[in-house]
Amino acid sequence: MSTQLKFYQVGSFAVGNRLIDEADLPEQSRSSRANSLTSGHRACQGCGEALGARYAIDAAMAATNGKLVAVNATGCLEVFSTPYPETSWRLPWLHSLFGNAAAVATGVAAALRAQGKSDIRVVAQGGDGGTVDIGFGPLSGMFERNDDVLYICYDNEAYMNTGVQRSGATPPAARTNTTHAIGPNPGASFTQGKNLPLIAMAHGIPYVATATVADLHDLEAKVKKAMTIRGARYLHVLVPCPLGWGSRSEETIKLARLATESGLFPVFEAEDGEVTATKKIRRLVQVEEYLKPQKRFAHLFGAHGHPDLLNAIQAIADRNIAKYKLCDPIEAEADHE
Amino acid sequence: MLRQIEGSRAVAETVAACRPAVICAYPISPQTHIVEALDEIVRLGEIKNCEFVNVESEFSAMSVAIGASATGARAYTATASQGLLFMVEPLYNASGLGLPIVMTVANRAIGAPINIWNDHSDAMSQRDSGWIQLYAQDNQSASDLHMLAFRIAEEVSLPVMVCMDGFVLTHAMERIDLPEQEAVDKFLPSYVPRQILDPNDPMSIGAMVGPEAFTEVRYLGHVKQLQALELIPGIANEFEEIFGRRAAGEHDADGLVTTYRIEGAQVVLVALGSVIGTMKVVIDEMREMGSKVGVLGITSFRPFPLDAVRNALGKVPKVVVVERAFAPGIGGIVSSNVRTALSNIPVSIATAVAGLGGRPITRDSIRGIIERAFDDTLPELTFVDLDVELINRELERHREQRRSGPMAENLLRDLGSR
Ligand SMILES: Cc1ncc(C[n+]2csc(CCOP(=O)(O)OP(=O)(O)O)c2C)c(N)n1
Ligand code: SF4
Ligand SMILES: [Mg+2]
Repeated sequence: MSTQLKFYQVGSFAVGNRLIDEADLPEQSRSSRANSLTSGHRACQGCGEALGARYAIDAAMAATNGKLVAVNATGCLEVFSTPYPETSWRLPWLHSLFGNAAAVATGVAAALRAQGKSDIRVVAQGGDGGTVDIGFGPLSGMFERNDDVLYICYDNEAYMNTGVQRSGATPPAARTNTTHAIGPNPGASFTQGKNLPLIAMAHGIPYVATATVADLHDLEAKVKKAMTIRGARYLHVLVPCPLGWGSRSEETIKLARLATESGLFPVFEAEDGEVTATKKIRRLVQVEEYLKPQKRFAHLFGAHGHPDLLNAIQAIADRNIAKYKLCDPIEAEADHE
Repeated sequence: MLRQIEGSRAVAETVAACRPAVICAYPISPQTHIVEALDEIVRLGEIKNCEFVNVESEFSAMSVAIGASATGARAYTATASQGLLFMVEPLYNASGLGLPIVMTVANRAIGAPINIWNDHSDAMSQRDSGWIQLYAQDNQSASDLHMLAFRIAEEVSLPVMVCMDGFVLTHAMERIDLPEQEAVDKFLPSYVPRQILDPNDPMSIGAMVGPEAFTEVRYLGHVKQLQALELIPGIANEFEEIFGRRAAGEHDADGLVTTYRIEGAQVVLVALGSVIGTMKVVIDEMREMGSKVGVLGITSFRPFPLDAVRNALGKVPKVVVVERAFAPGIGGIVSSNVRTALSNIPVSIATAVAGLGGRPITRDSIRGIIERAFDDTLPELTFVDLDVELINRELERHREQRRSGPMAENLLRDLGSR
């Protein structure tokens, strides 16, 4: 028997399911949600980053009773949210530079401590470029000092704001405007990669987690958990970008799900440098299913495709599955057949 | 309180008396003694409610200061040379956002070739960063100018750099009158920010600004510098009332410039920083011999005191700007500013570049400059005490062989084989 779902709208335009117990409602469905990143911003349709930021910051607002300051790195999120006077932010928000969000947040946290206002908490946020590349030094310094900052990286796997160029987080074979799909090894090269969650864990900071916009409850829960902890915390959120990935705007969440279900983006939590929880893959898929809907991987398919590169990407996924134990062993084998 | 004390320690104790809430630091010679002392002072609990943050780079030092200042905290850092260049991006950001951060620059040369000794290339490279720049002539004024700096910064909401010659001042032991806490509190009220990150009154700071308002925001940065120019003389007088001495030294006219024996002078030197001390000695000697010579010291280089400079130099036939930095491809930096002050006034202005990378500016060098100015044999641009032979040998090498090798190393080898 199926239940007819009834939705309601609240003053902040949140939509909720009446049948769910109030306590189980996600933050976005509550009438009390902060709506920190409000409507009217200029993100592309289907922007994963806008969605991720909205859920993450509202969850942090809920966890801190609205006593939150956000520091933002330069990038899409900063640009689409604030061509003044049309700021979308409804919390104290500071943008300084592309590479210094973590250090600016350290400064905010230090000032709050000096002022005896440690009830006010600090979130820093940036894109993958602002995090794994240009802002890496300040971020590592913030981790090492264990400053009381939650740093959130919205990873769309390239420099999107400047028009889709390769970053240190761009996956192998992906086409960007600085890794054209030309020649015998089209797209981004198969490098060692730069796994920021693992690097964050190597600092031994109290909390590191990954999440995607496919599981927004999980994202909210991780932000809320992070806010119960003092010290440096790092959250790495996969946020598909229709413009940069060449994907359909209605497929943002689906792609985020496929990224985890294929094993390419492991979702886990780590405390004090050790993995403490892993999100198991429910329905294992081959990487092809994830890659195919994205134009940035179009050159891998078709008559002039690159099965060798596809295999190499599948091998990365398989390694992740083994390393993070993403599958129940029996299921994994069954699905592979 | 009179103390025989190192310049860096004096600055640290003065900064402490200004009650900063956040101090961030990354070490670089010759700034190190200042931040080392401040760490000690903070750990001893001598500054109430103060956080000392050891950062991983100067880029982060300035960024931490930005975050702290935007949260309403009085923020301080110190750097020099390569460190100042490493923080250029947040430096402009701090002034653009209008954050009243105070920073000591222990002036040092910029490499390559790497060189830890004093000149003004570092601070001069940031003259257009929107920061106010004050130059100390001795350690008393280095100490005093920090108090002035916090006061000016917070009045106009602009960051202030206090420039003091590396080693020459930072590492020199001198007798210094250090301020009493009570007096500092009287001179420097607690910081009331114009903008603050506050959950009770959320606002966005650092938004993108397009052509519709960018010029106006920039213009306001200029206006604030001009406001500082108006305010500094009054603040300097207030300082004197409270502390019983002039902030920028005993020959301080108005907090903007100092003058020494310029009455009726035929030649006036213009300089910034500690070299003025040596100049005064030479000037005394030469005045004794009947040469009419004096010196104009510039304390506030940004804002540049056009009127004060014009008033001091307007009737002087010969002006020689002695600079510890220069602009390759054209020449003087300070002198082009002096020229702006003296435009439409018939005066000969020469630039003497001296004391680069720690080369001592001796009394003889200064006397030589003055004598040549009197004799009309001083070219418009001259490099004092230049080793011409060394340069000619290297230029010859350039002509003779394509792969002439690394310049600095060639010069050092030639020097060694002399
Ligand atoms: C020092 C500096 N270098 C380069 C830029 C240009 N820039 C601005 S945003 C951006 C890309 C941002 O990429 P990312 O951090 O991944 O965020 P996204 O836009 O993808 O969300 C770049 C390269 C800059 N603003 N500052
Ligand atoms: S380019 Fe991508 S990240 Fe940027 S606003 Fe558009 S969808 Fe979002
Ligand atoms: Mg990106």
